[in-house]
Amino acid sequence: MKQPLSKNNNVESVMMSILLAIFLLGAIYLEPLHADTLDIPIGLITEEEGRHIPLSLLQPVIEDIGEAGALQGIHDNNTTGRFTGQSFTLTVEKVKPDGPVIQAFRKLHKQGIRLFLLNLPAKKLLEIADHPDAKASLLFNIGATDDNLRLNECRANLLHTMPSRAMLADALAQYLAWKRWTEWFLVVGRHPRDKAYAEALKRAAKRFGHKIVEQKQWTFEPGARRTDSGHNREQQVVNEFSQVGDYDILIVADESKEFGEFLTYRTYRPRPVGGTQGLSPAAWSGVHEQWGATQFQRRFNEQHNRWMTDRDFSAWLAVRTIGEAATRTSSGQVDKLIPYIIGPEFSLAAFKGRPVSFRDWSNQLRQPLLITSAKIMISVSPQKGFLHQFTTLDTLGYDRPESRCKK
Amino acid sequence: MLFKTSQNGFLDSFLQPIIGSILFVLLSTPVSAYTIYVSSEKDNKITVIDGDSLKVVDEVSVGERPRGIALSNDGKTLYICTSDADHIEVLDLQTMKVTHTLPSGPDPELLVIGPQDKYLYAANEDDNMVTMVDIEKRVKVTEIQVGVEPEGMGISPDGKWLVNTSETTNMAHFINLQNMKVEDNVLVDQRPRVAQFSNDGKQVWVSSEIGGTVSVIDTQSRKILKKIKFKIPGIHKDLIQPVGIKITDDGKQAFIALGPAARVAVIDTSSFEIEKYLLVGQRVWNLAFSPDEKFVFTTNGVSNDVSVIDVGRLKVKKSIRVGRLPWGIVVRQ
Repeated sequence: MKQPLSKNNNVESVMMSILLAIFLLGAIYLEPLHADTLDIPIGLITEEEGRHIPLSLLQPVIEDIGEAGALQGIHDNNTTGRFTGQSFTLTVEKVKPDGPVIQAFRKLHKQGIRLFLLNLPAKKLLEIADHPDAKASLLFNIGATDDNLRLNECRANLLHTMPSRAMLADALAQYLAWKRWTEWFLVVGRHPRDKAYAEALKRAAKRFGHKIVEQKQWTFEPGARRTDSGHNREQQVVNEFSQVGDYDILIVADESKEFGEFLTYRTYRPRPVGGTQGLSPAAWSGVHEQWGATQFQRRFNEQHNRWMTDRDFSAWLAVRTIGEAATRTSSGQVDKLIPYIIGPEFSLAAFKGRPVSFRDWSNQLRQPLLITSAKIMISVSPQKGFLHQFTTLDTLGYDRPESRCKK
Repeated sequence: MLFKTSQNGFLDSFLQPIIGSILFVLLSTPVSAYTIYVSSEKDNKITVIDGDSLKVVDEVSVGERPRGIALSNDGKTLYICTSDADHIEVLDLQTMKVTHTLPSGPDPELLVIGPQDKYLYAANEDDNMVTMVDIEKRVKVTEIQVGVEPEGMGISPDGKWLVNTSETTNMAHFINLQNMKVEDNVLVDQRPRVAQFSNDGKQVWVSSEIGGTVSVIDTQSRKILKKIKFKIPGIHKDLIQPVGIKITDDGKQAFIALGPAARVAVIDTSSFEIEKYLLVGQRVWNLAFSPDEKFVFTTNGVSNDVSVIDVGRLKVKKSIRVGRLPWGIVVRQ
């Protein structure tokens, strides 16, 4: 390997030897370093998104949401796996919206897969979790934010890397408490999930000393941004809609992303907008660069040509959780992995400045949450001053005494 | 033969250095003069502090986002990982000018210099590589694939082993510098940041920032001898995040920077017990000894200063305001 350092002054030959040396080294080192490799297959069942045109041309239509994050996790696990003799693979099954999911699950299960990432609505998650074949499987919810899954409908084989609505709402409410923007104008969309988000906000308001001084339901048709002069209508509608008594911040619950973006700069009063749009709580966002996240974001962006979403991050967390537990237990067996993951020894570095781990009563991953705007990170919750007996991360979401899923 | 050599070489090999050092002592006043160099990630600067007055005496602008810095063994040159400029800058400490750059691979974060200033080794966070660079020829010699997000770089005192840590893989990789092969991997706690050999080469200390521990690895057996855990009343364990490690030359005491806990832990290396926690600036990351080991200097990223620890009294003596987000620190005799 010392050839490239020969005293030959011929640049070309030096270059060639360097290239050759790099090539040879590459060939040697990219080989797995362990003779017998343990294969650890992971399945992803993901529901295809219905055709939905984003409100802004700047928001990309993403088709591999979740999957891209899982792949980054697989790549990270395999880099470690080269040293530990473990090899991780991902098999993806896409299901149609409102289509059956058990078939997809059984198909992967038949292939010997026992570790699953599920990007599905709550009802379908439980269908799989309650299936007899799933008893000896480990399932990660990477998409559903439903509080019910953490409060009443817990399952021993179902872990959540996606934060719940209550966690997101609490993260925002803590920041607004720090700001003392305590009087909220709550605007709720027409879908059940918008109402669920609003419920989480109401709970958070109560917990952190806020008051909902106005509340309105958004009833107008989704806008037509491509219509010429369409802005005239949106400008009028929002201006009239928001003529209410005074408040500090308009909080919008529009998970379906139908109208929330229209509100900023168009309200009757000059007040900021937060919630699902505007100042938003999130598990992840392209604006996050702290605690080593820059490198992590760049890796993702180079591979997938877009920024990582919170569902991608939740998928990455799930795959890394499996990887971390597999490294520490030297196993890919569900009955070895689950006790370690839920146990006190488990912690994971997740570019959030402090370790993340699982709540043993609800199997929910506890983590700091980002407070973001479209282009910049505004803050990270939990906020200073909100204390907790065990960990301040448990000031976000339903705590042990509140959950009916007790251990 | 023996007689001849000693006669010829007597003046050269024996007398001259003595005369030289006498002259040096006479010419340089005061005797203990030394200089501290600090990189500021946010200001793209190297701040120069005089070791006697403990005052900032100079500032030099360098490339984007300077983080890890290292002195050449002859003390004439400072090598700077300018992470966002994707190369290593070479600062001549006589003229205080950046004379040239060295290739490093993307996003270099930390580097170490090999014996005789022949090669340097840099960790590239973006592509999971450790890069070996020929300092004189200014070319990249080779790259070694390691775990995800390589960071910490420790070189053994005999120059034979390089220990690199990978932040997401959570390993200390033992690289044999003779054949440039990864020969062993030791699993440590989450997000290992710094690898530091003891002066006798028998141990490598590896700090795990998110795991909150320091693993002391026996170099021979590659086994973890001890996992040092920290406990500070009133500070949650999540916020105790060890990064920088320095061990005294006699190997008796270790100093460990604890990040957002704003403390430096002092460890008795014979028992691995914590002797004391010293309150320093906020988000303390890297450490450096004065040449006589009477002081430890710390970079405090959030409070933008350098704390000066009196080693004899185990007290923080002073803090010196430097550039924004101070990161790396070295001391030159």
